[in-house]
Amino acid sequence: MNQVTVRIDDKEFSVPEGESLLQTAINNGIDIPHFCYHEDLPVGASCRTCLVEDLKTGRVLTSCSLKAADGLAVSTRTAKVKKLRLDNLELLLAGHQDKCPKCQKGMYCHAAEEFGKYGVTTVKYWRPEIQAKLHKMSQAALIDPQLCIACNKCVEICDKIGIGFLEMRGRNIQNHAAPKNCADIDCIYCGQCTVHCPVGATREQDQIADVEKALADKRKIVIAQMAPSVRASIGEEFGLPPGTDMTGRVYTAFRKLGFDHVFDVNMGADITTVVEAAELVERIKENKKLPMFTSCCPAWVKFMEFYHPEMLGHLTTSRSPQMHSGGAYKTWWAAKEKIDPRRIVVVSLMPCTSKKYEARHKKMKINGMWPVDYVLTTREFGALLKKHKINLPKLKPGVVDEPGTYSGAAAIYGASGGVMESALRTAAHELTGQELEKLEFKKVRGMAGIKRTEVEIAGRKLRVAVVATPANAEKIIREIKRDPSAYDYIEVMACPGGCIGGGGQPIPTTLNIVKKRTEALYKADKKNKLRQAHLNPVVRDFFDNYIAKLSRRSREAILNTSYSRKKKFE
Amino acid sequence: MTTNHVDNDIVEKIEQAGLVGRGGAGYSTAKKWREVAKAKGRQKYVVVNASEGEAGLFKDLHILKNHADLVLGGVVLALDYLQTKDAYINLNKKYHRLLRLNLEPRIKECNDRGYNIKYFIETPSYIGGDETALLNAIEGKRTEPRLKPPYPSISGLYGCPTLVNNVETFYNVGCVAAGIYARKRYYCLSGKLKHGGVYHLPEDWDIAQILKETNNYPNFDFFVQVGGGASGMVYDQNQLAGRPATGAGSVEVFDKRRTDPRKLVLRWLKFYQEESCGKCAPCRVGTFEVYDLAKKHKHVPWPEMFAILETMEATSFCPLGQSVIDPIRSYYKNVLKLA
Repeated sequence: MNQVTVRIDDKEFSVPEGESLLQTAINNGIDIPHFCYHEDLPVGASCRTCLVEDLKTGRVLTSCSLKAADGLAVSTRTAKVKKLRLDNLELLLAGHQDKCPKCQKGMYCHAAEEFGKYGVTTVKYWRPEIQAKLHKMSQAALIDPQLCIACNKCVEICDKIGIGFLEMRGRNIQNHAAPKNCADIDCIYCGQCTVHCPVGATREQDQIADVEKALADKRKIVIAQMAPSVRASIGEEFGLPPGTDMTGRVYTAFRKLGFDHVFDVNMGADITTVVEAAELVERIKENKKLPMFTSCCPAWVKFMEFYHPEMLGHLTTSRSPQMHSGGAYKTWWAAKEKIDPRRIVVVSLMPCTSKKYEARHKKMKINGMWPVDYVLTTREFGALLKKHKINLPKLKPGVVDEPGTYSGAAAIYGASGGVMESALRTAAHELTGQELEKLEFKKVRGMAGIKRTEVEIAGRKLRVAVVATPANAEKIIREIKRDPSAYDYIEVMACPGGCIGGGGQPIPTTLNIVKKRTEALYKADKKNKLRQAHLNPVVRDFFDNYIAKLSRRSREAILNTSYSRKKKFE
Repeated sequence: MTTNHVDNDIVEKIEQAGLVGRGGAGYSTAKKWREVAKAKGRQKYVVVNASEGEAGLFKDLHILKNHADLVLGGVVLALDYLQTKDAYINLNKKYHRLLRLNLEPRIKECNDRGYNIKYFIETPSYIGGDETALLNAIEGKRTEPRLKPPYPSISGLYGCPTLVNNVETFYNVGCVAAGIYARKRYYCLSGKLKHGGVYHLPEDWDIAQILKETNNYPNFDFFVQVGGGASGMVYDQNQLAGRPATGAGSVEVFDKRRTDPRKLVLRWLKFYQEESCGKCAPCRVGTFEVYDLAKKHKHVPWPEMFAILETMEATSFCPLGQSVIDPIRSYYKNVLKLA
């Protein structure tokens, strides 16, 4: 494509012809407010706040829809631009603060930061009640029509990942995002709508208050555990570039917040790998229920339970990492430490909203206890830290408590392909009794929505696929229905790029940002001396000295789960 | 199939006749037809727009009632010219009820000859007059305008090159082909006058002449709104000589002494705040705020209103939001003489 030169204020940029001028500004750190532009989604040009003045014509235009052409010169700060921009910001955000529970509590959010930057009061104009009710997506997310600014991003991303649960409803001032009235479409709780909402109208159901209450309760033993993906993204909430590894600093932050123990979901991921690899090997040996699907993404599981109940036998019965580690703390660890497990509160820090939903599955209870009590998203954790005036980047890195020890195989769980790669490293050992010489499976890495490859282990060729988003999963399912032996093992995650692009991640999340975060995960794997789940000493202790001694039933209550057809909103 | 045998004849005739769009924007018809013909696409469509979602406009209804043959003749010429068979006639719900019996046999006749002309029955809306909003409606999407470019001529219905013209334009094409086009246009006369209705008169007559020749020139102090009962400009009685009835060709007459400015402004604003599609922020929230503001005050709060209306004019996504200010500002200047 042709390169052209454009000028924004006093700086010149060489950019591909036709690039959105707003994108040029974003790429080069020039501040232009925008509420309906997202680089992965169609240009809507509806918020009318990204205004610039074309210096040749004197016309004020939206920079998102303005395409780079040679000699184009715009200003972001003429008096005319400033006035119109503020007018539109006030119109767009009329009534926001009065109706936003986060604003009312003074919680940090990306939108509130934007309001502050441009001096938006949100009270200059008022906005009438929208004739629609707040809709809760199970325990995961919610959609509050009173805060909706009709930017259409939630609708577009939900369509793009292949669900299409949302639509814009009502005209004029009543226009708002709402669930479609359609019996055969259901939300899978992935929260992609929340990470694409510029104003917190769709957002996670927040559990910050519950966590604070548990921390304040002296009788409780509160454990924090962080998911693989959060460490590579939480820095963004504090202005650091995507992919900055914050692992050690988050541990310190947990301790500052008053958590009694700092563990890591990565340890749980190692348990998951061991359980899942064993099941894979068993299914391969018996040649039954193949292909086997991963099941650590609750949104993917919900997708299968609603849209493809006929395929549920293909999901691994292994629980997910947070459930494995949470269950381990309340059984194995509590017994070892001689603690009453009912005193333990497990708080997961996840890049995800559907993990909140998963944590409330009754079938997951062990001896009547939830394996995980509360789930905070990356965004909630950022807000919690800011509320307690903890400046994450300034903290000294800490180390995880011993039960949180993890392998490099767990570190990459957050990336699309990571679960596959971890399971293959361990399955190879299961099948041959030997460690792989080359641990990396590069063909299952990367941002492609579907990655197909063949791997050879112990003389057997395994056909595997790694899939992100339900839209792509649907394609693979069609392939399997045509040819049931097309694959042996398939990893599916609901979010683009995997958990690292999850619905609970910082705003903005774009495919470019996801790519940078992903690099941090693979770096962490490479750096780790321990790179196979089954070699993790903590995990070995858990299996050899605890799980091995349990009855089959008690063992399965900790390690396995089951699936069933789900009704709409179930 | 080659494109050599395209009949350029009709488009040359249209050009010579000087046809321009009659939906309000006044774009050269021949130019539009050529753009669609030139555009590449697996399929092409013709769309006849009879949305007429604005108060004071009722000429499309009149034309379809009385001259359906000429309109359909124009549509068939367009289909042949574009070498396609598929057309949609966009009728608002009310019109469909009134026109069904008249149109259906004629459409069937065309379809028996191999064309595929269908109705689209639209929920009446002002924004449906915007051609891209109309295309969205036909596709089953929200009735709201699309970002342009691409224009419908390049990427219209289902992403295919699409010719969208108003009923009157197809009627004119029909007349051109039949050799009876006489540089006339349809005028909708309404308001405080004795002989309201649809008139077919020379396109270059000014408003004063139109009112006089139709025996409608008021004997009281008056002003008019021209080109649509919402978006049309307002002129005082002494501004009508030499001024043609542009846009959609409507003239509504108001009795100056009996018109309460606040009521009139509220009428316009109420219409807009209901009809805004809700897509863009300035129009969605602006139309609501301005109406709310005017309702709350006993006297029209002009400066506060204009502050919002001017922002809407400068920054709204489509002409609907941009033109809310037009009737109000022209009324304020031309009739009330406050500026």
